[in-house]
Amino acid sequence: MSIITITNLTKRFGAKTAVDAFSLQVDSGEVFGLLGPNGAGKSTLIKMLATLLPITAGQATIAGCDLGRQPMGVQRQIGYVPQALSVDGTLTGYENLLILAKLYGVPRRQRLPRIQAALHYVGLDAVANRLVNTYSGGMIRRLEIAQATLHRPAILFLDEPTVGLDPVARKAMWDLILQLRRDYQTTVFLTTHFMDEADVLCDRIAILHQGQQVAMDTPGALKSSVGHAGASLDDVFIHYTGNDLTTNTEGSYRDTSTTRRTAKRLG
Amino acid sequence: MTHQPPAAPLNGWASPQQTRATVAEFVAKALVAAELEVRKLRHDPIQLFTRAVQPVLWLTIFGQVFTQVRGIPTGNLSYMDFMTPGILAQSVLFMSIFTGLLVIWEKDLGILHKLMVSPAPRSALVLGKAIGAGVRCLSQLLIVYVVAGLLGVGLNWHPLAILGVAAVVMLGAALFSTFSLIVACWAQTHERVMGVGQLMMMPLFFASNAIYPIEIMPGWLQVVSRLNPLTYMVDALRQLMLVEPAGTYSLGLSLAILVTIAAVLIGFCGRLYPRLVR
Repeated sequence: MSIITITNLTKRFGAKTAVDAFSLQVDSGEVFGLLGPNGAGKSTLIKMLATLLPITAGQATIAGCDLGRQPMGVQRQIGYVPQALSVDGTLTGYENLLILAKLYGVPRRQRLPRIQAALHYVGLDAVANRLVNTYSGGMIRRLEIAQATLHRPAILFLDEPTVGLDPVARKAMWDLILQLRRDYQTTVFLTTHFMDEADVLCDRIAILHQGQQVAMDTPGALKSSVGHAGASLDDVFIHYTGNDLTTNTEGSYRDTSTTRRTAKRLG
Repeated sequence: MTHQPPAAPLNGWASPQQTRATVAEFVAKALVAAELEVRKLRHDPIQLFTRAVQPVLWLTIFGQVFTQVRGIPTGNLSYMDFMTPGILAQSVLFMSIFTGLLVIWEKDLGILHKLMVSPAPRSALVLGKAIGAGVRCLSQLLIVYVVAGLLGVGLNWHPLAILGVAAVVMLGAALFSTFSLIVACWAQTHERVMGVGQLMMMPLFFASNAIYPIEIMPGWLQVVSRLNPLTYMVDALRQLMLVEPAGTYSLGLSLAILVTIAAVLIGFCGRLYPRLVR
């Protein structure tokens, strides 16, 4: 059963088309990956789906709610972890979760047990009362996952969830994402430009290039489509985006600076 | 990392079909957004006291000197009595006019994105920020009362009067901080918000009745002053703060003007707010 249905979703900024007639269906419980070079439109697409950007054309139904007409209905059923950091360093881990629990309207009596369970789930119960600006990058990302799943969303949107993390913290994030799917049947929609990440996590992958969907299938099928035995997802990526240093002119100053700033704060 | 069995079905307490917040929800969400600001302040209260320097200087140096000059006609009031409400309003203005900087900071970090995907009305988030700015400015009230009290200003210490002053301070802070948030939505960078703040604060202060009566201004400036919300804030404070209440307008009129402007700005800012995360 599909939980996300996207039909011809389009976003234009002036004359520039950032996402061009993107269509997709994601099944409930699926981990779906959106791949593409910097500036391909991944973040724009995920921001539209998370209700942060108004759509120019097309439509999407997310967990039964129309994205354009029922944004609040969508908001109640999704969790979103942006690429930039979304926890407040000047508050404790517990306080970050408390504020979000209240904003999402988690009933008073359920708040404390739910926050404690969430902290335990991501392994942060021991540091709950420390200011977040003393956390490591991996701990911050895990707190963000706890924050985004506190209201038990049906769908979790993750924008570049492991950018800036060291290998151990990355592996821990992957485990956590798969664990969420296993324990809560959470549908996960993530963007990444790490091929190994997509390979490990995703049931299906779409490759976005200059705002357009150029390929979509399971990682296995995409690898076979490249035409030579032993192809990796890196080969698939290069095959579909023609992406080498000379043609890669994408990714704005702003995108790059956001990525670097996030990496710096997490690192 | 530990495993935990699923405790409850997905999100069972909210109806996804509900597309608009009720008034009670709006107020509750605004208070949560305000709580966020207050909690941040609690972890770093020192900033409040570094802001104390300015009103202390104005009261002790400018106030003391101009009291000697006796060049400004303030009716029955001493000049110190006249200017003290003006200096409180000035501190609130100077403190809240840079609230936009905080929101640009939150936008750059990504914190704002997290708040914006929550099912809280945007204008409730703005109102929460405005209330937070108000709480921040209450520290100025404390400082001005202490210093003015020591300097012998005829302050009205009745608890109800002080509560009224606190309410006007919160209202003024909400108004000017929301103005700054609107600038931030439009300007998007620290530099521009800072620039507009600097550009606005002195004209708003000098084209008001804060440190001299409107009547002694040239005609054109009197018009500007009467359009300036700071004038009504000062006027309301003058009626509430002093043993011998002084003011040009009725308290009701001043409050009505401040509430109306603040409400319009908050509503308008709520519409602009999503621009910050695009």
